[in-house]
Amino acid sequence: MSDMKPSPSASGEGPIQPLSAYRVLNLTDDRGSFCARILADLGADVIKIEPPQGDPSRKLNPFFHNDAHPEKSLFWFAYNANQRGVTLNIEAVEGQKLFKRLAKRAHFVVESFPPGYLDELGLGYSALSQLNPSLIMTSVTAFGQDGPYRGWKASDIVISALSGSMYLAGDPDRAPLRIGGCEQSYLVGSAYAAAGTMLAHYYRLLTGQGQHVDASAVESVSFATMGYYMYQDLEGYVFRRTGNYYDRYGKQVQLTWSCRDGYISWRLFMGGEGRFTRAVVEWMDSEGEAGELKDVKWGDIGYDAVTIEDYNRWTKLFGEFFRKHTKEAIQREALARGFSCFPVNTPKDLMENAQLKARGYWVEVECPEMDGAITAPGPLYQSSEVAWKKPGRPPLLGEHNEEIYRGELGLSREELCLLKQADVI
Amino acid sequence: MESDKGETRPRALEGVKVADFSWVVVGPVTGMILAHHGAQVVRVESLSRPDPLRTIPPMKDGVRGLNRAGLFADYNTNKYGLSLDLNQPRGVEVARRLMSWADVVIESFSPGTMKRWGLGYQDISKTKPEIIMLSTSMVGQTGPAARSVGFGVELISLIGFNHFVGWPDRGPTPLLTAYSDYLTPPIGVIAIMAALETRHKTGKGQWIDLSQFEASLHYLAPALLDYGVNGHDAGRQGNRHCCAAPHAAYRCQGEDRWCAISIFTDDEWKTFCRVIGRPEWAGDPRFASVLDRKKNEDELNRLLEGWTVDHAAEEIMSLLQANGIAAGVVADGKDVLNDPQLKHRRHFVPVNHTEMGQYMAQSPSFKLSRTPSEVSAGAPCLGEHSEYVCTQLLGMSDEEFVGLLSEGVLT
Repeated sequence: MSDMKPSPSASGEGPIQPLSAYRVLNLTDDRGSFCARILADLGADVIKIEPPQGDPSRKLNPFFHNDAHPEKSLFWFAYNANQRGVTLNIEAVEGQKLFKRLAKRAHFVVESFPPGYLDELGLGYSALSQLNPSLIMTSVTAFGQDGPYRGWKASDIVISALSGSMYLAGDPDRAPLRIGGCEQSYLVGSAYAAAGTMLAHYYRLLTGQGQHVDASAVESVSFATMGYYMYQDLEGYVFRRTGNYYDRYGKQVQLTWSCRDGYISWRLFMGGEGRFTRAVVEWMDSEGEAGELKDVKWGDIGYDAVTIEDYNRWTKLFGEFFRKHTKEAIQREALARGFSCFPVNTPKDLMENAQLKARGYWVEVECPEMDGAITAPGPLYQSSEVAWKKPGRPPLLGEHNEEIYRGELGLSREELCLLKQADVI
Repeated sequence: MESDKGETRPRALEGVKVADFSWVVVGPVTGMILAHHGAQVVRVESLSRPDPLRTIPPMKDGVRGLNRAGLFADYNTNKYGLSLDLNQPRGVEVARRLMSWADVVIESFSPGTMKRWGLGYQDISKTKPEIIMLSTSMVGQTGPAARSVGFGVELISLIGFNHFVGWPDRGPTPLLTAYSDYLTPPIGVIAIMAALETRHKTGKGQWIDLSQFEASLHYLAPALLDYGVNGHDAGRQGNRHCCAAPHAAYRCQGEDRWCAISIFTDDEWKTFCRVIGRPEWAGDPRFASVLDRKKNEDELNRLLEGWTVDHAAEEIMSLLQANGIAAGVVADGKDVLNDPQLKHRRHFVPVNHTEMGQYMAQSPSFKLSRTPSEVSAGAPCLGEHSEYVCTQLLGMSDEEFVGLLSEGVLT
């Protein structure tokens, strides 16, 4: 990034890790781990605290070489990197004492238990804020800490359903669809939780006061639905899913198209964005394939002004043209000619994507437990002043027990041994 | 700002000033989250090239108009509106004054546009090294594809989401939402807050290059790792889950009504069969364990839908949730507005708009206990606060303001 190479600042300092002076206690499972991971990437010293049998997300698909070993879950790997790890049974009295000692000197606690669980153990925000008034505690749950659904059971598909996100996707002749690939809702909830955590952190920076951040996955995903509830509020009707089309004045504006080696996303724009369509027609014309499309004034007509017959005939011509070209060729022309079109990328396409490569996006994470190095997504963003933590693999179960309990809390070898025998650690 | 009870609560970002030059979704939503938490945010727009969100439905009462569009209204609450022509030199001059007022600048033009106006980070930081500028774009400020054009509805294909949505026997399915446009704003807020933290320490600002492509790939990380290390591409699985069955949206009584149900354990399955009055299914060897249920999932789903189709989705959800089973109505736009939980959380709040009157806007999906957010003002009409911003925030004289207005620099 030539323009964004860190320039030497007035004080002569280079880029820094913004949260390197802070410690996070991470009690989350898969419902909140992305939140803590973000703080870790920003340089915070994150200590993952797992029950002695391990975080349940160590059992989540997919696994390295399909080996369902607790150190080989790729879900666990993706969202628990860059942290140290200890085991601790916070349901045991001795475990609660140790947790409080850690919380006294921590800056953040992130958790994703069902609402009320930590309060019952005497480790909720009200208890911990007595010990440490500047503590920020962040809770990520399906529905939030209060309300009639507070105690309800949730899963990704149920959150997708209740948030309104699911109703939008899928062909009208079949069931609504959730987003696949990997479960989205708690990741979205966790990212918004991390945003709230950083807002609270800024307020603490100025006032010294901590607070409780209460994030809801349903509300976060609901936000991601492009405001379609507003059709009800403003126009008085329910927006229905339309599968592979947008409905514009009765015309089916197709969104995904077949091409020679897969699929692309493109829209036949008219009016304000008609210039994008004109650019495609110019390409077609350069190959002698534009036909009647050449004569249409794409910028001047709107969807409302054309007949369905014309529209469908034009759609067919574009479709036939795309089928003769590859994803790569179409993307190259889109970039050169300035029209809006992207390939439907597969994981393979993504790993080979030239833009990501040119920006040095992918990072190699050393992981001897998984035969060497793993290629993983890189920085969340780039900045002239941020030095991202060199990515490290997640902690092995109890990997830093000695370092934290003996080194930091000063427990003796005998005490540690006793706590292990009592299943506290 | 005041809460409904009239008491004044502190806001997390009281005193932070933001010049928001961005448009469409990612930048505006990032700025709005700051505005909900007390930052003073001026949204800069142009009459000659209005925000595309001002031109697409839904529109208040179905009547088209730049000040009637729902999405713009939803993503710009609590902001001041300034209408400025950046293609006139004096417009650029006003923009520069706004930047010297601001702590944070947000922009989402094609990479290089701000620089051409002389408003790039390098230009501004020369005289104001403490400025924080967030530049967000589809694929980043640099690289061979930096100048890509388009919208989030298509961008999500590039990121890979569409590949994973759909039925195994059909093609990739669009989401009808510009999904990545909502995955990126929290990362934008995090970047800005981290920059404010750094500035607090070093006095120095920074330029943030937020690629929507790169930020959003984190939400698919396990699937990408699965391909990277195992060569495995999970592709499209409908609503199925590797380790749960039943796991789907089931058709219910009424038109296009559905209820999502997910059952992960054998105990949940037994409870389910009992409470819906089909105890015989619990003893059926085809469905005894999760492995059996996965093996016979087609048959299982047919049987289940035979039951759900005669019941209201709400009734099924209540029955199952009362017995500890994860179930939820596939909510449409009307359902979410009336959802008791979202109401309790005040997720949708009524705000007033100069032209639209009252409408329902979204509040943040997280709540801060000491410094709660507040959604108090509807989105601005185009240029609604031009005078206030110029004379009150930037200290222009009335003559100067009127002059700029008559020259068409301001509208």
